[in-house]
Amino acid sequence: MRVLSEGDILFIVTAVRWTLLLSMAAFIGGGIGGLVVALARTAEFKWLRFLALGYIKIFQGTPLLMQLFLAFFVPGIFGIDIDPWGAAAVGLSLHASAFLGEIWRGSIEVVPRGQSEAARALGLTYVPRMFLIIIPQAFRIAIPPTIGFLVQLIKGTSLASIIGFVEITRAAQIINNATFRPFTIFALVALVYFLICWPLSAYSKIMERRLTVASR
Amino acid sequence: MGYQFEFADVFAYWPDLLAGALHTLVLSGLAMAIGMVVAVLGALGKTSGPRWLQWFLDGYIEAIRNTPFLIQIFMIYFGLPAAGIRLSSDTAALLALVVNVGAYGIEIIRAGIESISKGQIEAGKSLGLRPLQIFRFIILKPAIQAIYPSLTSQFILLMLNSSVCSAIAASELTAAAGDIQSRTFRSFEVYFIVTCMYFAMSVLFWGAFAAIERIWLRKPSLR
Repeated sequence: MRVLSEGDILFIVTAVRWTLLLSMAAFIGGGIGGLVVALARTAEFKWLRFLALGYIKIFQGTPLLMQLFLAFFVPGIFGIDIDPWGAAAVGLSLHASAFLGEIWRGSIEVVPRGQSEAARALGLTYVPRMFLIIIPQAFRIAIPPTIGFLVQLIKGTSLASIIGFVEITRAAQIINNATFRPFTIFALVALVYFLICWPLSAYSKIMERRLTVASR
Repeated sequence: MGYQFEFADVFAYWPDLLAGALHTLVLSGLAMAIGMVVAVLGALGKTSGPRWLQWFLDGYIEAIRNTPFLIQIFMIYFGLPAAGIRLSSDTAALLALVVNVGAYGIEIIRAGIESISKGQIEAGKSLGLRPLQIFRFIILKPAIQAIYPSLTSQFILLMLNSSVCSAIAASELTAAAGDIQSRTFRSFEVYFIVTCMYFAMSVLFWGAFAAIERIWLRKPSLR
């Protein structure tokens, strides 16, 4: 056992870049996947809506930790080597796709039906109708819950430490194993997460309040 | 695909899996029950407590909502002994879940309390309802109807979140899976089966909660 040094603290705090990078990768991957899921959930074909619903339910009905474990072990079945970083990025992206898909489905459905009917009457096909008429209007409504989910996602990246990816939580565990100052170390890490998540939560809450006032 | 699936190796440990699932259910049920007591008290404090208590509760809610559950459980299991409080992994897991669900619960219960407007109660009085009838039909039932969806989904979230308690080796389903994996080395098979078990529990609760809502909490039709 050794003393907790400034270098140790620096090691932990700078490991936050991996937390942020993983959050970003998962948010981008989940954003693309979420758009596909949301469009499938609002599609005209019943089987496509059903398929997307199944996807969402599977991710809402199982622990994120299990999803990460499977993202780590499933590629091995197909003979693909995956490191903890890849598994965490893929697992969290698939997870985010389901949740963002469900959030964005709600936002798309809030756009009045008349908008879609008018676009159809003007002869717009699916792609311009969705991307020029519906999605721009759904976008505003989607911001607060999307930011809210981003906070969940950032907190969720801490579970990547369990499959061995060295982000801030894992870095803290490593230092704690050597110095055994758990209270100081984990309080420090909690503070770092708080400083990232709290402004986002506050922003999401303010935006939501502004939207409900506007819609009154 | 040259992979040989060996589900039988894992199924041989079915009593451990079943016990793990049972532990998860007991742990989540207990945490939810105690957490709701915390939530009701907290909601009362936030709506009608003194200013300092409201600030304290705000701090508690924001601290819990903006930090990962894994860090919260580490603080309780590894951090508290520094303050002289040593807990077993099961107790620490329960405490962490209660502290966590309590923070989310306060906001849910508070929304329920605020959903009842004064006018409703006054209307009840002017209709000549007795105080107990007012509480039962005008306060309690609508409040439960208002919070029921968020409360039930909070329980399922709690149950799924409890898998994180395996990080401190509390006895629950994910820890049981880790145990079986270290004995059989069938990582995929173990985690696939356990994931299916969690999903089955979620589906069961989704169904049960929806059935309860249909039978007891049907809202009167507005037509």
